[in-house]
Amino acid sequence: MSAETVNAARFTETAFVRRKQRNEVVAKAVFLLMTLAMVLPLLLIVGFLVYKAWPALSVGFFLDLPRNGMREGGIWPAFLGTIYLVVISLVLAAPIGVMAAIYLNEYAKESWFTRIIHLAVINLAGVPSIVHALFGLGAFVLFAGLGRSVLAASLTLAVMTLPVIIASTKEALSAVPVSFREACWNMGVSRWQTIWRIVLPNSISGVLTGVILQVSRAAGETAPIMFTGVVFYRAVEKGDLFAYGLLDQCMALAMHLYTISTQVPGVPEAVPFATAVALLSVVLLLNAISIGMRIYLRTCKKW
Amino acid sequence: MVAQPSKLNVDSLTVWYGDKQVLNGISFDIKPNEIFSVIGPAQSGKTTLLRVINRTIDFTPNARVRGLVEVDGEDVAHVKDIYGFRRRIGMVAPLPVGLPLSIYDNVAFAPRSFGLSKREELDELVERCLTQAALWDEVKDRLNTLGTKLSGGQQQRLTIARALSHQPEILCLDEFSIAIDPVTTMKIEDVLKELRQDMTIILVTNLIQQARRLADRTMFLLNGDLIEVDDTEKMFSGVARNPKTNAFVAGTFG
Repeated sequence: MSAETVNAARFTETAFVRRKQRNEVVAKAVFLLMTLAMVLPLLLIVGFLVYKAWPALSVGFFLDLPRNGMREGGIWPAFLGTIYLVVISLVLAAPIGVMAAIYLNEYAKESWFTRIIHLAVINLAGVPSIVHALFGLGAFVLFAGLGRSVLAASLTLAVMTLPVIIASTKEALSAVPVSFREACWNMGVSRWQTIWRIVLPNSISGVLTGVILQVSRAAGETAPIMFTGVVFYRAVEKGDLFAYGLLDQCMALAMHLYTISTQVPGVPEAVPFATAVALLSVVLLLNAISIGMRIYLRTCKKW
Repeated sequence: MVAQPSKLNVDSLTVWYGDKQVLNGISFDIKPNEIFSVIGPAQSGKTTLLRVINRTIDFTPNARVRGLVEVDGEDVAHVKDIYGFRRRIGMVAPLPVGLPLSIYDNVAFAPRSFGLSKREELDELVERCLTQAALWDEVKDRLNTLGTKLSGGQQQRLTIARALSHQPEILCLDEFSIAIDPVTTMKIEDVLKELRQDMTIILVTNLIQQARRLADRTMFLLNGDLIEVDDTEKMFSGVARNPKTNAFVAGTFG
């Protein structure tokens, strides 16, 4: 056999090569299909919601008060209430969660104590929200004497989101290569300087992702807030941004949606859908802010 | 003749990781301004030895250390200012690590962390360290690019520059030439010969020839045992006391 035939044979398709190529095509198609299968329902849901809500949607709908037993008018008190609850709960939970995660990931030595904390964090993350609701009712509303209030509800949401924030932050921190830390320690740089100058700047986008995901969760949950501070109806000034004090009761979108779709007869069909769109837009709005922050911070990422 | 005080004194040093013993009671000492090389196959405890010297072994959760390690007669296990102590030891790890900072900040990081902030002093220090690490000419026009964007060999020299940035008394190089081409390796070796005026150098190396070129004395470790420590010339000329040393150096074993 001459050299040419050997080389030619090397590049002809054999049955094995063909099978490999076929597998490649099939695998790619399957994964693409799964991606579409994931996106499609989302588009359908959002499209359907907006379509159904269209007759009721207007700027006035967001800024107006519910009238006529919540059959007419807008959703301002609920809209505002949800923003209050989400923002306050995150302001409480995010710093505590992030700092706890820094301790657990950077400082804590492996011991029975940290193992128990770790176990507790994971288990707390899996506790159903109704259990958090009862805890909030007992701890904040009754024991701490906050009553049913914005603060009690926010604290309950904070307790609910805290374990997940700790877990996701810890994950983001441990994604920073240990070799970076070792390089710093070898130079006599202290742990805190290492964390502040190297670890945090390089994990901040991951940390924020974890926090962002909790925004939607805090905005969407009904159970934890309906025992601890959210009411069916509360009159406020139309369009007033500072309608609620910390110890006031408030309305919230998730609860409002539940009320008008199951408890109040004769609500026009478009109104619950419009409320759902409003809930989605609050979540998207808060997400957009943090995603913008994340993109900005990622441009500063160094490796 | 008055005995010269040793820079580093190690006495019956034993280290365990969990139940596994990685250094078995080794004792040796290093004179000031000496270049001291440590050779031995993988798993012989060379890196562990360096980690004990600069106390980064503290960060390994289940490591236990027994025995005495003294720098200038001071027991390293009981130093009060651990960060200040680590600055006296320069450490170059085998794999290059560019910190995710600019080249300038990579070198200025340690000096800044202990309070040097004057721009001119920092500039001067950064230039000197990068020059000593044979990197200055390649990067002097782009000190603001990221350290992580450099090639592997350049990052390794950046690591050396960083180790020099806190002006150590003892410089530990752990297989520094693994990622560097031979020409650059020779440049750095020349630098080491100059640096010995100012510091003591511990050179962990897999390159027998490198140890032979540079070191005054050489220590041979095998599975955590100190097989032999002697003048480099004796160790490498086939007349070492221990036959294992001769075999390892000749390449017939190890």
